[in-house]
Amino acid sequence: MAVFEYAPAPESRSIVDIAPSYGLFVDGEFVDGSGEPMKTVNPATEEVLSEVAVGTEADVDRAVKAARRAFTRVWGPMRPADRGKYLFRIARLLQERAREFAVLESLDNGKPIRESRDVDVPLAAAHFFYHAGWADKLAHAGLGPDPRPLGVAGQVIPWNFPLLMLAWKIAPALATGNTVVLKPAETTPLTALLFAEVCRQADLPPGVVNIVTGAGETGRAVVEHADVDKVAFTGSTEVGRSIARAVAGTRKKLTLELGGKAANIVFDDAPIDQAVEGIVQGIFFNQGHVCCAGSRLLVQENVHDEVIAALQRRIGTLRVGDPLDKNTDIGAINSAEQLARIRELSDVGEAEGATRWQPACELPDRGFWFPPTVFTDVSPAHRIARDEVFGPVLSVLTFRTPDEAVAKANNTTYGLSAGIWSEKGSRILAIADRLRAGVVWANTFNQFDPTSPFGGYKQSGYGREGGRHGLAAYLMGADSE
Amino acid sequence: MISNERLTVRKTYKLYLGGAFPRSESGRTYEVTDARGAFLANAARASRKDARDAVVAARAAFGKWSAATAYNRGQVLYRVAEVMEGRHAQFCEEVAAGEGLSTGRARAAVDAAIDRWVWYAGWTDKLAAVLGSANPVAGPYFDFSLPEPTGVVAVLAPQRSSLLGLVSVLAPVVASGNTAVVVTSHERPLPAVTLGEVLATSDVPGGVVNLLTGDAAELGPWLAEHDDVDAIDLTGAPPERAMEFEREAAGSIKRVLRPPAGGEPDWTADPGLTRMRTFLETKTVWHPKGF
Amino acid sequence: MTHVLDPHALTAETPPRREPPTPYADVTRSESAFRAFLHGLPGVDQVGASSRVAMLGTRSIKTTSKAWAIDTAISMVDLTTLEGSDTPGKVRALAAKARRPDPTDPGCPPVAAVCVYGDLAGVAKEALAGTGINVAAVATAFPSGRASRAVKLADVRDAVAQGADEIDMVIDRGAFLAGRYLDVFDEIVAVKEACARPDGAAPAHLKVILETGELVTLDAVRRASWLAMLAGGDFIKTSTGKISPAATLPVCLVMLEAVRDFRAATGRHVGVKPAGGIRTTKDAIKHLVLVNETAGADWLTPDRFRIGASSLLNDLLLQRQKLRTGHYSGPDHVSVD
Repeated sequence: MAVFEYAPAPESRSIVDIAPSYGLFVDGEFVDGSGEPMKTVNPATEEVLSEVAVGTEADVDRAVKAARRAFTRVWGPMRPADRGKYLFRIARLLQERAREFAVLESLDNGKPIRESRDVDVPLAAAHFFYHAGWADKLAHAGLGPDPRPLGVAGQVIPWNFPLLMLAWKIAPALATGNTVVLKPAETTPLTALLFAEVCRQADLPPGVVNIVTGAGETGRAVVEHADVDKVAFTGSTEVGRSIARAVAGTRKKLTLELGGKAANIVFDDAPIDQAVEGIVQGIFFNQGHVCCAGSRLLVQENVHDEVIAALQRRIGTLRVGDPLDKNTDIGAINSAEQLARIRELSDVGEAEGATRWQPACELPDRGFWFPPTVFTDVSPAHRIARDEVFGPVLSVLTFRTPDEAVAKANNTTYGLSAGIWSEKGSRILAIADRLRAGVVWANTFNQFDPTSPFGGYKQSGYGREGGRHGLAAYLMGADSE
Repeated sequence: MISNERLTVRKTYKLYLGGAFPRSESGRTYEVTDARGAFLANAARASRKDARDAVVAARAAFGKWSAATAYNRGQVLYRVAEVMEGRHAQFCEEVAAGEGLSTGRARAAVDAAIDRWVWYAGWTDKLAAVLGSANPVAGPYFDFSLPEPTGVVAVLAPQRSSLLGLVSVLAPVVASGNTAVVVTSHERPLPAVTLGEVLATSDVPGGVVNLLTGDAAELGPWLAEHDDVDAIDLTGAPPERAMEFEREAAGSIKRVLRPPAGGEPDWTADPGLTRMRTFLETKTVWHPKGF
Repeated sequence: MTHVLDPHALTAETPPRREPPTPYADVTRSESAFRAFLHGLPGVDQVGASSRVAMLGTRSIKTTSKAWAIDTAISMVDLTTLEGSDTPGKVRALAAKARRPDPTDPGCPPVAAVCVYGDLAGVAKEALAGTGINVAAVATAFPSGRASRAVKLADVRDAVAQGADEIDMVIDRGAFLAGRYLDVFDEIVAVKEACARPDGAAPAHLKVILETGELVTLDAVRRASWLAMLAGGDFIKTSTGKISPAATLPVCLVMLEAVRDFRAATGRHVGVKPAGGIRTTKDAIKHLVLVNETAGADWLTPDRFRIGASSLLNDLLLQRQKLRTGHYSGPDHVSVD
């Protein structure tokens, strides 16, 4: 061996047992769906993993009725401390079965096992553990003296963090005394169905959590069901708009966590090596399938060349390939559809005059793949500087002064997240103040924690998930309704 | 008929927009009557272009107002109460006439409206402490969350309570640093115009509050659809149009405060924090802790 | 046969200040210029550096790449004994181990060097004659460095005269922390001069020990690394092994970034040597991964990367045997030295 090549180190697939087909999880049982079943594939190989039921309006209705029954008869009246204990149980079960969840997530989603193992699954467990503790302390949450649950929550989640988004939705809903009908994303239903099994192992009362798989129509049925009291959605701004329209005029409470086009601002006094790591982590984490991805690099002009050179050198060390290989940094694009969008926007970027750079990297023959990509010479008017690509594509823009950095960072209809890199504390705080974004990472990026409220400004949505703030989305009381 | 009594100088009721008192660009006015139908005045009937100009003014004012210290905003709001107090009698007259209230009840409404400014003046520098948090994340980071104003808020003010209701929806918007474009009560707009005169003389920067007299049914859709409006309060929307406005607001993912169930609420009740919360964002900031 | 210092060693002159390589020739023109340069280096965020090495620590090195990594690590070991109780016998035993680390397997590579105190350099040299294994001697009043410059330089000249191929010097941390950067620089330059051999043969290689456990911050590690490279150090080395913490992965990361950037700017390769605290094969492989993904494959050679260790070698040998035989073994299957 001339150089240090890492031999393949695949995580064993044998830990998961994928059934040939899955039903809907309604009222504590797996039942058949009335729709034509759909196939879920491994995006790294295009292999069909399983056939999954598709819920129709009638199926959703059954799920909502089960959730309503569970809310009025069991979950609502239950001692809050006991609700908390169920959530603690779920947290522990997720930890016990962590490796199984991680492998399944990587198979169904295409994300590297390193991330599903070290980020998605542990954070999902942490969300349940955190919210479990809130269940009997809600009166102390600063949301009024007698906060009460809303009832049945209809939740629709995306494919980029299937289990983690499930946890972000279900944990606070349950802790606050609501019951849930959740629709996982069409392309990534498997960990939600494994989660249903966890609910059974936890002896969670039937109907408290219902999982109805399917595509957009199923999601619409959940959102529009008349007996749903609360709608929570994470996904694209476009779908978010249509949900907000659908919910208009009802008494349903709505929270939306939508798209983003985050600026990652690098000042000339930044800790350059960590900034480069942060840029990489910001845009290539989870193949860039992250709503808060740092997809717009705003670098101070006087260090542009140096930063780009360092960034390209670093990107050259990224390992793209088999998601189950423990050394993989960038896995597969989640679907053919998403790959087509990434390709299209990248081509537009080039056509508009930006310069595309990609490292030499071999991509597998089968499956959906896109190499890490950096566009320089990007102008604020280019589509790649404005549209959410939702892939491993970074657009680089420059600025000269802090004012210009802020103006360019805020020059977007989104407002989910932003990054600042500087060794000067006062500058960081001043810039953080002026950025119109819900999460500002200073000298770090893409950090998440159940105690830390997450959510957007502007067209990135409204409502927060996590922390004391996240509870408000699922409670009514003197001050929250 | 000749009288020795002095002939009063009547007021021209105009819009309050960007700190000035223009007529509607459309030149339109409409007749405002008292509760018994007697003529009171001609009010400016704001047009969609006035609404557009008001949004521009509100956006322009947002940067400074939202960046002002909470202490400063508190003093400005308290100043509003002070100046209102000096116009107490005028407000009582206008409220009594417009709402058809007895002198005593009109006085109570004006008292409550002034006190409401005082209440919100005291909130400006408490919000961050009450609504913010230091988040104990599982890692070497300092992580905190603070409330920040949403931006430009369109307010369809209550139709019935022309002053207390108006202040009750306006003060929570501006207390936290938002700027407001308000469509006043259609039939009872006069106290709002007088309030504009108070605001203009109480250190409230021009553009922070813009008061449009006119018809919420006409202006509502323009504001609901406006991409540069961040949030909309539908309290005074015509009940049969509220759903439509909410749908239009979805186009730019506006924060929407729906009209209260069961019609206009009792404005004398404890306001709570809901109105302020609705027009606040939460910003979470992370920073590593290391040597 | 106690070694006696050459009395002339103490009287040799301190050489004049030498300019750093281009493009940094003028940064040492004054104390303030040098300070401005060193303080102008980009800062290091400790949390970010730590999370980077934690991520690299999850790299899974298996089968063929593990076998390669173990052999590479063995060939990079500076097999070290730095005890007050060291004797010629101990040094000879270590030398024997260095030549043939695994007596049962002639395919096992030798280590890079044997590292001893200067008075034993001659013993080591003799024991390693003809093997190609270098003798490294610690010098300059190791480990504290608290002696007058003349004494330190005498220490170096003496070790070189004894046949040391490499000198592991310590920097004056007191001067560094007090901000007297040019003092530290001049001393390294002087030591480098003292590494020359009177007969004109190749001078001893100079490793500059920063003693990062006393510098504490990664910002200071970066500055000290640059200072040592500018002064002509052939290697920068983390620690004496006498101060805790010794080599840590974040420190090594910062030093690897420094040599990488220095090469990019000057074209000169400087080596890196973490020392102290690396005891297991897993630790060693983490370091190799760090080298591979920070400075790059160019540094994966004993000329540019060393690991200062004593007990590490036996763990590498046990892991090597496991790979070779397919089963686990125990401490009695490697030699106690």
